[in-house]
Amino acid sequence: MKYPGNASGRRSAAENAVYLDHAATTPMLPEALAAMTEELGQLGNPSSLHNQGRRARRVVEESREQIAEAYGARPSEVVFTSGGTEADNLAVKGLFWARHDAEPEFRRVLAASAEHHAVLDSVKWLAEHEGAEACWLPVDATGTVSPATAREFIERDPGSVALVSVMWANNEVGSVQPVAELAAVAREYEIPFHSDAVQAAGQLPVSLAGSGATALTVTGHKIGGPVGAGALLLCRGADPVPILHGGGQERDVRSGTLDAPAIRAFATAVEISRMRRDDEAKRLAALRDDLIARVLAAVPDAVLNGSLPGPDRLPGNAHFSFPGCEGDALLMLLDAKGIACSTGSACTAGVAQPSHVLLAMGTDDARARGSLRFSLGHSSTQQDVDALGAAIGEAVQRARRATGR
Amino acid sequence: MSGGVDSAVAAARAADAGHDVTGVHLALSMNPASYRTGARGCCTLEDARDARRAADVIGIPFYVWDMAQRFHDDVVRDFVDEYARGNTPNPCLRCNEKIKFAAVLDRAVALGFDAVCTGHHARLTRPASSAGPESAGPRLARSVDQAKDQSYVLAVLTSDQLSRAMFPLGGSTKDEVRHEAAARGLAVADKPDSNDVCFIADGDTRKFLRGQLGAAPGQILDEAGAAVGSHDGSYGFTIGQRRGLRIGHPAPDGRPRYVLDIEPASGTVTVGPAESLDVTEIEAERPVWTGCPPPAAPVDCLVQLRAHGTAHPATAWLDGAGLRIRLHEPARGVARGQAAVLYDADTVLGSATITGTDRAAASAWSSPA
Repeated sequence: MKYPGNASGRRSAAENAVYLDHAATTPMLPEALAAMTEELGQLGNPSSLHNQGRRARRVVEESREQIAEAYGARPSEVVFTSGGTEADNLAVKGLFWARHDAEPEFRRVLAASAEHHAVLDSVKWLAEHEGAEACWLPVDATGTVSPATAREFIERDPGSVALVSVMWANNEVGSVQPVAELAAVAREYEIPFHSDAVQAAGQLPVSLAGSGATALTVTGHKIGGPVGAGALLLCRGADPVPILHGGGQERDVRSGTLDAPAIRAFATAVEISRMRRDDEAKRLAALRDDLIARVLAAVPDAVLNGSLPGPDRLPGNAHFSFPGCEGDALLMLLDAKGIACSTGSACTAGVAQPSHVLLAMGTDDARARGSLRFSLGHSSTQQDVDALGAAIGEAVQRARRATGR
Repeated sequence: MSGGVDSAVAAARAADAGHDVTGVHLALSMNPASYRTGARGCCTLEDARDARRAADVIGIPFYVWDMAQRFHDDVVRDFVDEYARGNTPNPCLRCNEKIKFAAVLDRAVALGFDAVCTGHHARLTRPASSAGPESAGPRLARSVDQAKDQSYVLAVLTSDQLSRAMFPLGGSTKDEVRHEAAARGLAVADKPDSNDVCFIADGDTRKFLRGQLGAAPGQILDEAGAAVGSHDGSYGFTIGQRRGLRIGHPAPDGRPRYVLDIEPASGTVTVGPAESLDVTEIEAERPVWTGCPPPAAPVDCLVQLRAHGTAHPATAWLDGAGLRIRLHEPARGVARGQAAVLYDADTVLGSATITGTDRAAASAWSSPA
């Protein structure tokens, strides 16, 4: 007997016509897809000395120059990685090790309590295994770290701080941090400053030189490039201890054969998103403001989390708590209507945990569990916002019934 | 979807039948690493992944529902409390009654679903509409695979619960289910069956209970009241148990001895020969009638007294709020806390929880002091 599978016309991912989860990943730009597809057919290891190698190397180096130009860095300050998680690990662990090796007094790592897990768990690991002391910088009710707080934490013992890491924009609630001011505080004390700019890179003018940071994390798949290509933008003179040892391809800081097709597509996406960024940010902010208005009209007691719409919030981000709902029940109901969104942070077992970001912002457990993130990107349209506006009210009513409210 | 083969095939059949199916895996452990690991049990991260993969192959959405607190309160806590009372609970039965067809069903209905579909090996039959309104609900019946039949652990469900249940596997043998899983490309086709209590990681119930209840030493007496041994917790015993008594001295007649009774208040465990286990009459509480009205007069039926036990010919009748069951031939190993499930041939009539037994060889009812 033959049993029907996925192909038989059951619901598939493509039927999620309304995609409001661009902060998780965003569709590849056609130009990036074309560049990657073409490059995948080419032969050559960028480290090889022969003709094929030289050709691949040229692709990688041109890409490096494009990315450096877009993000206010010199080409030599672009260290390619497999993505944001690797770049965060390299910055946090590598810079800690380098500083701690040079001077054992440097053992405190200051990081925001609302960081992405790639930073958060790297810091925890350093504290548990490498003699670091984790110092969590508190965030305010919008999820933002103030420069005064960072200064206060540093001044408790400036000679013991190995590293400061504060993200550029929060991946859950979209709050934009005062990165340049934070970097300036760290610089006063000659402390390396790292910022995870993964969410900011496509929507805000992210610049290594302009921010004064020592290191910035960026990645391709949040801006229309492929998954699997990212970079640590790393100031000259900053020499983190490597995590990946081998051929030393990237400044002896990161080893592994460079993925020329993904890097070329990454650079293509960086270039296009840079050209379109200001117009796109305005367009997304208008759509996002409409989305917020529609959701609050349908669910008057919904609470917008994070900073107010404006310069302190990513233009594509809207994040709500729906009192009396469980976020995962709401997500399921919207998914069944073809609307894709996120509860914020995923967990391997799939059991919803209250978001550490919301808890750090002082949200109580129940409200944190009843939260959803809607994130817009380059393919978002007014129809997406309309569809959510039409569906959210009933979904919230149902989800409330399921919690017995 | 537990991550096993049965629920995967049940979901696939429900989807094939045209239902709008969503796969749900229940997270039942408060601490996912603490429950059984490996292929045999449920609730591990690996099982969640297997269930998700099966849902992908079938082509249905998949979600994990966190029922850990409810499971702990209604199943694990109940399991421990029942043993502390000298009873022998069946946690799978309690899970069906309180979790799968209560907490999960309620949530599903509130979210807009019509039914809970599981991979239990049991059948639901709908009687002809000529029957009276009281018997309009579905009837629960044994699986065609008698060895895998799970109607016993479902017999606590009310008509309301059964009317929102689907058991697509009841007409198939386990072998057929496994073959179908393989033909559907489900990787769980040859995953071993889970057997023991899912929340006891190493399968050592006595150790688990000692961890929960602490040591409570007491005496082991023979039927004449003579001390023949000691134990560190009466909850470690089940009526009819022979192994693990650790009695130093053999019985005078050299024959094996079995647990006859457990008195948790005094911590006394009574042992004796096999024939002293013979039970002729059973009293049970909280009867549930599945798809049929309570019997107005004594009814001749079959009664099953534990999971995968044999069915004994019996006569049952209502006795106040409870149920009395007279066995036509004595049965052994009848433990308080287990369900007595009444069958008419293969069809479940109802069930009740055993509270006491009348022993053929004993003069008095055995029930908690």
